[in-house]
Amino acid sequence: MAEEFEPKIVAFLCKWCSSAGSDLAGVSRMQYPSNVVPITVMCSGSVSPLYILSAFNKGADGVLVSGCHPGDCHYIKGNYYARRRIALVKELLEFTGLEPERFQMSWVSAAEGKKYTEIIKDFVKILKPLGPQKKLGRSQ
Amino acid sequence: MKKRTGVFVCHCGINIAGTVDVKKVADKLSKHDGVAHSEDYVYMCSDPGQKLITNAIKENNLDSIVVSCCSPNLHEKTFQNAAKAGGINEFQSEIANIREQCSWVHKDKEKATVKAEKITRSAVERVIRNESLDPISFPVTRRGMVIGAGIAGIQAALDMANTGYEVILVEKNPSIGGHMIQLSETFPTLDCSQCILSPKMVEVSKHENIKLLTYSEVQEVSGYVGNFKVKIKKNPTFVDPKKCTLCDECTKVCPVVTSNEFDLGLTGRRAIYMPFPQAIPATYTLDDKNCPGLLPIACGKCSDVCDPGAIDYDQKPEIIEEEVGAIVVATGFDLYGKEEMGEYGYGKYADVLDGLQFERLCSASGPTQGKILRPSDHKVPKEVVFIQCSGSRDPELHCAYCSKICCMYTAKHALLYKHHVPDGQAYIFYIDIRSGGKGYEEFVQRVIEEDDVVYLRGKVSKIFEDNGKITVWGVDTLSGKNVEINADLVVLAQAMRPSKDADKLAKLLKIGTDKDGFLQEAHPKLRPVESVTAGMFLAGAAQAPKDIPEAVAQASGAAAKAVAILSQENLFHSPQVAKNFPNLCTGCGMCVDVCPYGALSLKDGKVEVNEILCEGCGTCSATCLRAAIEVKNITPLQIYEMINASLGG
Repeated sequence: MAEEFEPKIVAFLCKWCSSAGSDLAGVSRMQYPSNVVPITVMCSGSVSPLYILSAFNKGADGVLVSGCHPGDCHYIKGNYYARRRIALVKELLEFTGLEPERFQMSWVSAAEGKKYTEIIKDFVKILKPLGPQKKLGRSQ
Repeated sequence: MKKRTGVFVCHCGINIAGTVDVKKVADKLSKHDGVAHSEDYVYMCSDPGQKLITNAIKENNLDSIVVSCCSPNLHEKTFQNAAKAGGINEFQSEIANIREQCSWVHKDKEKATVKAEKITRSAVERVIRNESLDPISFPVTRRGMVIGAGIAGIQAALDMANTGYEVILVEKNPSIGGHMIQLSETFPTLDCSQCILSPKMVEVSKHENIKLLTYSEVQEVSGYVGNFKVKIKKNPTFVDPKKCTLCDECTKVCPVVTSNEFDLGLTGRRAIYMPFPQAIPATYTLDDKNCPGLLPIACGKCSDVCDPGAIDYDQKPEIIEEEVGAIVVATGFDLYGKEEMGEYGYGKYADVLDGLQFERLCSASGPTQGKILRPSDHKVPKEVVFIQCSGSRDPELHCAYCSKICCMYTAKHALLYKHHVPDGQAYIFYIDIRSGGKGYEEFVQRVIEEDDVVYLRGKVSKIFEDNGKITVWGVDTLSGKNVEINADLVVLAQAMRPSKDADKLAKLLKIGTDKDGFLQEAHPKLRPVESVTAGMFLAGAAQAPKDIPEAVAQASGAAAKAVAILSQENLFHSPQVAKNFPNLCTGCGMCVDVCPYGALSLKDGKVEVNEILCEGCGTCSATCLRAAIEVKNITPLQIYEMINASLGG
């Protein structure tokens, strides 16, 4: 039997809330699939659409952007910019024919280790049946 | 020039090594482009571990390091210092978090090892593109400000002033003292509240380092830690305190009677008034909202009887500008309105009081000189029902949180009532008794055992007026029976809310609020007195419901934190700030619009970065269409390479 498909996920986590939330998941020894590799950025508002496209281009099967809850941004309003920008990116990705489920945005506070764990578990579950992402990936 | 990076993989005992093959990670990384040295060690953060790094830098002529270990929140600084000790710039050190974000959350060793490699390679890709940076230094304005002059604000101001720094204390009411000065006695010792607070109020008024601005509100704040500029509006009191002799002739002739805020509407006051006898500053205030008219003057009686001519109808609001280095915010609380409580009659029954009103009723300086008389007919109430958690712990209808002090002050109320009316009966409806605190549990037991107060575990569903009595329908969940009490007086332990307009102030100060509107601390466990904005600190019930000793302790903590800033001549700011490329910039100004800190401006058609204001969030960089602005050491190029490494490419 062929080995089960393991999707590759890049997660852009803001330093103050979501990365701290994923740290808390670790401190609490919660378990989630190892498919996700986090990249800690200063703010979800600093995640350029190009980062997301670049991740898909380099072969990511799923991309997650996670920031502080609306209203709780460490940088006051960075996550509001992220939210607006990401809504557009989502439409753009759909336009290219990419399955919209491959790209997710979430709000995870520093206290929400459990939520982060659930998000990753669910994301992997959603991505597995979709198989490898080829639409935007470089031809190999 | 190609970099020479060192990679140091920590075992963290078995915390990492139990799930990640650390030797394999170190081995794989040694073959990575740009890595000149790679090794693993059992505890990198230990003294020998740090020495190992320092020595490896020197021996292998390394110019940058990656430490694969725990979260950067823990040891980023440790390894930056190890880098410095090895003779390289501290910003040539990066952390790869392979514990919290890898070994602790996975069990499959093979997969966790692969992931740890990717995380480490990602950090290597970042560090080999890091610039060496020096912290940005700037001078500090060495005076402080405290906003709010209740017990927390007073304590913070006194502590700061006593260390020798000038403090501006801003209070929106005509007198300092806050809610504590309204209280009758304090639990669990039954100290007279005024007796213990008024000496501190006097000290504030006489302190040479405290500049007191009452009847004043903060209107505008700009700047940054160490250098804030604050605009304060001082409202006109229409009375010159220097001339006023406190003869009280003015209030005798004032024809207007309005509700007295200090007694929470239980008494009236004149339009010209002194809030209470111990008010600081000791002077009168003419409340222009209730005065028959100042422009044109429609009455003038107070001025006519004022011999020293202290009354000046032409006083105007004054805008005062102050420069300070640190700010303590202590804006306190208000009680959740009785009018929010549909089940308890929307605050329309005269004999249904809130906790603060009952304090005034018990107070020796209160409307009844300490006799407990009910407001409707001034009779001694023989049966009193106290309802705890009125508006608290009720996520469906009111506030979800526990207001923390109500269990204790209700026990105190019942005790005071019994001491005033020994033949009366007190009932307390409660959900749970929360009496954590020194001497608190003993106090509650004393009230139950010595004062025969009846505690009923359950909620009250309805209260209504019936034939001069207040009928209370409740349930005693311990006996499982419905309870009906025909009470003479009902006291609601209303939930604590952030004070009115605290949210507006929080926006002005750019400090966050939590889901309930209380001011947000920087970390719930480890930074409880710091706000999320550098240089602004939190004290008292503005941050969360708390009692007096906790408010005082937090105030002293906030003052110490503020003084830690004021005591330095220069402060340092992270140099990981935005950097612009004028040759790419078209001056479209999109980044200027999105910058949350006003750190960007346009000059001669190009963007300019104020490095001291910039916090390095990178929103500008994501907004720029031409890659003309980026944050140092987390540039788009670095991110692209990190993405590549994260995907195993």
